[in-house]
Amino acid sequence: MDLSEFPSLSRDTLRDIRLTVDSGFKDFTRTYGETLELMLEPVKDFLIFLEGLLIDSPWFIVLAVLVGIVFLLSRNIKITIGSVIALCLIGTFGMWEDTMRTIAMVTVCTLLAIVLGIPIGIFMARSDRVQGFVNPILDLMQTMPSFVYLIPVVMIFGLGKVPGLIAIVVYAIPPMIRLTNLGIRLVDPDVLEAADAFGSSSWQKLVNVQLPLALPTIMAGINQTIMMALAMVVVAALIGVKGLGQPVVNAIANQYFTMGVMNGLAIVAIAIIFDRATQAYGKRLQKHSEVVHG
Amino acid sequence: MAEATGIEIKELYKIFGPNGKEMVQRVKDGMSKSELNEKHNHVLGLNNINISMPGGKIQVVMGLSGSGKSTLIRHINRLIDPTDGEVLYGNEDVCKMSQTELREFRRHKTAMVFQKFALLPHRTVMKNTVYGLEIQGVPMKEAEERAARWIARVGLEGFEDHYPNQLSGGMQQRVGLARALTNDADILLMDEAFSALDPLIRMDMQTVLLDLQEELHKTIVFITHDLDEALRLGDRIAILRDGAVIQQGTGQQIVLKPEDSYIADFVKEVNRGRVIRVETVMDQTKTLNTGTQIPANVMLEEAAKIFAAEGVNEASVINRSGTPVGVLTIQDTISAMVTPVAH
Ligand SMILES: Nc1ncnc2c1ncn2[C@@H]1O[C@H](COP(=O)(O)OP(=O)(O)O)[C@@H](O)[C@H]1O
Ligand SMILES: [Mg+2]
Repeated sequence: MDLSEFPSLSRDTLRDIRLTVDSGFKDFTRTYGETLELMLEPVKDFLIFLEGLLIDSPWFIVLAVLVGIVFLLSRNIKITIGSVIALCLIGTFGMWEDTMRTIAMVTVCTLLAIVLGIPIGIFMARSDRVQGFVNPILDLMQTMPSFVYLIPVVMIFGLGKVPGLIAIVVYAIPPMIRLTNLGIRLVDPDVLEAADAFGSSSWQKLVNVQLPLALPTIMAGINQTIMMALAMVVVAALIGVKGLGQPVVNAIANQYFTMGVMNGLAIVAIAIIFDRATQAYGKRLQKHSEVVHG
Repeated sequence: MAEATGIEIKELYKIFGPNGKEMVQRVKDGMSKSELNEKHNHVLGLNNINISMPGGKIQVVMGLSGSGKSTLIRHINRLIDPTDGEVLYGNEDVCKMSQTELREFRRHKTAMVFQKFALLPHRTVMKNTVYGLEIQGVPMKEAEERAARWIARVGLEGFEDHYPNQLSGGMQQRVGLARALTNDADILLMDEAFSALDPLIRMDMQTVLLDLQEELHKTIVFITHDLDEALRLGDRIAILRDGAVIQQGTGQQIVLKPEDSYIADFVKEVNRGRVIRVETVMDQTKTLNTGTQIPANVMLEEAAKIFAAEGVNEASVINRSGTPVGVLTIQDTISAMVTPVAH
């Protein structure tokens, strides 16, 4: 007997297992794929609408609006001016349209991650059992190589925007959930007790105390989610998501060094803009949140 | 304002731990706090508490840290569920209320002030103060009007738009007080409300509270570990040790007749001149019809001031209607102020 070889299942058994799971999943896809696609139709429409808006509107208006949002969030001149310069450079080097596609994609994915992630985070914060159940799933989601997410979504939805969107949301949502949970759990128990003492219902406690006090932490979650979504946009180019990712994938295949680096830098630039703007906003939220005694 | 309703606490037990209910009988049979802890790993929080808190008066609960004061006061609005016993408000048992009844009770009948203030840090002074009314569903305009009155009453006019972390500790606790008063509740629960404050600010806040009580006549439960504060504020005082009441009565009763050496230690350092009344020390067998007059219900310190000002050794003690009821000498006054009268 060859001891250097681990006694694995026979080739035939392994193949059978694979075939069974695959065909099971294919059946699932055939049965529910269309329903799922239908459910996601509004999200897809919104994504297409936003993309069109960003691409088809006059560039200076889009630039002004984007920079305006950055200023409103950060209230910081340096960050605002930096964004103007970065966006102008992107335009000058012919990456405007791809950048707009990527911004639209990341925006929609982030919104989706917020809408799904915050309620899950709230449930986790309310019950140790839910936390014990969800945490290992999040661990799995965060350590699974991102490419693996592409396989099932492609099987269900084929190539295109929607599967990309789902893959990105799945990849980017864990920090949103984790930090919502953490933020709520870190709320000062004394303040919660006061809310109880005045007769708050649990909904009133959530809305008036827990969420507002957790907001800076939740903002940190949003920030991380945006960063992960941006990272995943490139990977999602493999399944047909247009934007800054596709030229990068092209560049790898064809060894176009300059094109790869330029698009890479454009991603870095919007990442920095998103990051600084949301972080500065989070800091502003935190201004009154520290409790001071004495 | 109608006379506030009192609170009756009857045979109240609290045992922390998974099988509290089963441990009650052991405690009733005489098991001590340390034995319960060592043998059964349960913490005895409250042990057969019986206190009748009079309506419209300030009931002080005093004791060292860990004696169960916070546990006790949290039973009155049931932030902590009892293991056994009753907490009666009028003829309602707080311990038997449903969740909805309890929430209504907390909203309309009680308000609480906390040691660490427990203000909402993301809300301004005004928004903190309206919190109780807001969750009751009172329209915001009316709520803010009512809150503004109390903000002014505790001396914070002009600070409505400040955030808690822009205020000193004393001012933060004024917000805590305004928030509680705005609720317009019968019962005011104060858990070491002034313990985190500097001595001078603390005296200030005590004065604010006494002034307010003069006009409001709420049923106040005030927790403290400080005897001077207890004596100054308390119409009645209950002393806790290891979760049990070891003495209760008026401040004077406790200072004059400490039940055991634990309380005697507590009262040793107290300024007796501010606690003992003239009527307790006077010679009731005599009366005087001439000379200096001292009211029977003033404190000895006040009497000493009168003696010093008038330069006399003896004075006639008179009751409310002006009738002489006894005689007070300067010797009796001084000796009562410096030594324990009786044991
Ligand atoms: N949730 C709890 N679980 C276990 N023991 C507790 C709990 N809360 C209070 N205790 C114990 O009950 C006793 C009384 O505590 P507490 O009421 O906070 O005292 P005080 O307010 O007089 O300092 C202490 O021995 C404390 O350790
Ligand atoms: Mg305490």
